Amino acid sequence: MSRLSDANVSLAKEIIGRYPRPKSALIPLLHLAQEQDGYVANDAMAHIADLIGHTSAEVYGTATFYEMFKFEPVGRYVVNICGTMSCALMGADALIHHAEERLGIKAGSTTPDGLITLEHAECQAACTEAPCLQVNYRYRYRVTTGQLDALLDDLTSGALESEIPPHGTLARVRQHIPSDRGVGPRQPEDVTTPPPWIPEQSGAPA
Amino acid sequence: MSAAGPTSGGVTYPWTPGFIAGDRPQIVTSRFEHEDSYTLDRFLATGGYDGLKAALARTPTSVHEEVRSATVLGRGGAGFPAGVKWGLTPQGVWPRYLVVNGDESEPGTYKDRLLMERDPHQLIEGCLIACYAAGLSQCFLYIRGEMALAQERVAAALNEAYAAGYVGRNILGSELSVDIVMQWGAGAYVVGEETALIESLEGNRGMPRLKPPFFPAAIGLYGQPTIVNNVETLANLPWLLRNGAAAYTTIGTETSPGTRMVAVSGHVKRPGVFEIVNGTTTFRDLIYGDEFCQGIRDDNELKAFVPGGGSAPWFVPDQLDLPFENKLVSAAGSMLGSGAIMVMDSTTDIPYAALTLARFYAHESCGKCVPCREGGTWLERILQRVVDGHGAPEDLDLMLEVGASICPGAFPHASSERVGLETAVPFPYKMTTICFVGPSAYAPINSALVLFRDEFEAKIKPRIRIPVAVAGA
Repeated sequence: MSRLSDANVSLAKEIIGRYPRPKSALIPLLHLAQEQDGYVANDAMAHIADLIGHTSAEVYGTATFYEMFKFEPVGRYVVNICGTMSCALMGADALIHHAEERLGIKAGSTTPDGLITLEHAECQAACTEAPCLQVNYRYRYRVTTGQLDALLDDLTSGALESEIPPHGTLARVRQHIPSDRGVGPRQPEDVTTPPPWIPEQSGAPA
Repeated sequence: MSAAGPTSGGVTYPWTPGFIAGDRPQIVTSRFEHEDSYTLDRFLATGGYDGLKAALARTPTSVHEEVRSATVLGRGGAGFPAGVKWGLTPQGVWPRYLVVNGDESEPGTYKDRLLMERDPHQLIEGCLIACYAAGLSQCFLYIRGEMALAQERVAAALNEAYAAGYVGRNILGSELSVDIVMQWGAGAYVVGEETALIESLEGNRGMPRLKPPFFPAAIGLYGQPTIVNNVETLANLPWLLRNGAAAYTTIGTETSPGTRMVAVSGHVKRPGVFEIVNGTTTFRDLIYGDEFCQGIRDDNELKAFVPGGGSAPWFVPDQLDLPFENKLVSAAGSMLGSGAIMVMDSTTDIPYAALTLARFYAHESCGKCVPCREGGTWLERILQRVVDGHGAPEDLDLMLEVGASICPGAFPHASSERVGLETAVPFPYKMTTICFVGPSAYAPINSALVLFRDEFEAKIKPRIRIPVAVAGA
């Protein structure tokens, strides 16, 4: 829907400034757009294209490769239930079916009130804690159907609002490189000598 | 920040969910017992950045030599020694980059996320040691998109480390000046492949590059020499520099020194993440040992297990006594991969278990190579209909045929007394794709079909042949 806000544009410029090539900032900027609107809006992609000096088509091309980016509004909470082997062995299918019945939607869709999107996800790197799920990429481990019900109740009542930010927000801490401490990126073509801590090659074998 | 640890459905979990310590050497998990293990204060109070100081007191070449002589095997899956990898950069080509692979997403694998969430400074210190030794002037730390907490902890740790002078310009007053830039992904398994990771870092679709001829060490990020190392590999370096290669190689065996982080999941009594002694610990120890998983749930029989992540061909009880050693496991028909063991007990529906992995790889194919894009999808569809009870008798051989178009020739498998397979076909396989996603879709299906064909046949209903009159006969 919208372009990046002024605050996000300055964040975007800070992120772009860390890379030798602006396009490397593309995925972090798409996350920024998703954090702002809950999904990646077309205008945001056009704006990002301007910021990194590429075409909208290139931005769209990259964005659509990655599963986490949504191009239409999704629920405030995206519930990803893992269905890969370890979780499947420990009952993930039953958990997904239970969630579908309880929410009255199929995995891959959003409740009519726009609160919860249910997804069948792939391995989330918590295999010893199977079956697991993520709500906006926050983990829940060894989930029973009873715990799933309790979780959905809490999401509906707003009890988890402080713990789980709306969809789109990942880390709540951002990296900031202080200007007096950062080395700054250099264009690869401008660098022809080894870094200062490496002695110049004197022709001796390494 | 809550003081009690993460809670889920009213249950409070330990600070390091899944991790189980024991009376074993700890190289990378030594701080996990501390609630505040991810803070700079705790890190500095427990030997933090001492490895970096030890490195800075020596020449880069001698640090490289130390790592090379310790034979630190890559912990990402391929098991290539880090010291050798660092030496593959072409002479006199600058700048060189370090890319940290924290895109952990191999089914069954759960270790790098813990190392990033629970000890981010250890990883940062490892990155700096690598940069110093190999002359890498900028580091990009790529964390999987779905790992919000790991991103938060690493970002906070980097901010602390910059402020305290451990990262950035003239680190600890030395000539070493390195920026570490945190990058995060957005959900794509294939980006764990090193050239796909580089593509993603350049802002492109995460599709692997054709290699050989040029590996990232020669032509990588922005066309420059690039070292791509796994999180756990780099996390080993601070300890190694503090204690020396001689101490490192006293743990484990000559060919597989040190420790490894291993996640054992599935039908065991006590699933968990363990730091084990490399090379000597056997699968039987891990699955049945008291200090590890304590046996199969409900005291069922073991049916099969995946020894090295979803991509690895399966083992059966015949292979339980193999140690965690690359060469022996390869000879037995599989791979150690990323340290992920998934255990199936006697109640497991084998075709269904194979489907949960085949579906994963079909879903995660990037679409660049036809055998994987088409073959993976077809393998999933055929297997799905067999599992659903709609399979045709020809379907089993059809899956082998599709698999052979991804991996021509004999595909690695284990030996099995139960089905009369006396010898194993050793790892690796031949492949018609650029990366391992395609073969990985086939590996679970091939294993399941070779070792448990009877279970597939039981799912196929016999066809009723209707006699048809042929004209003119």
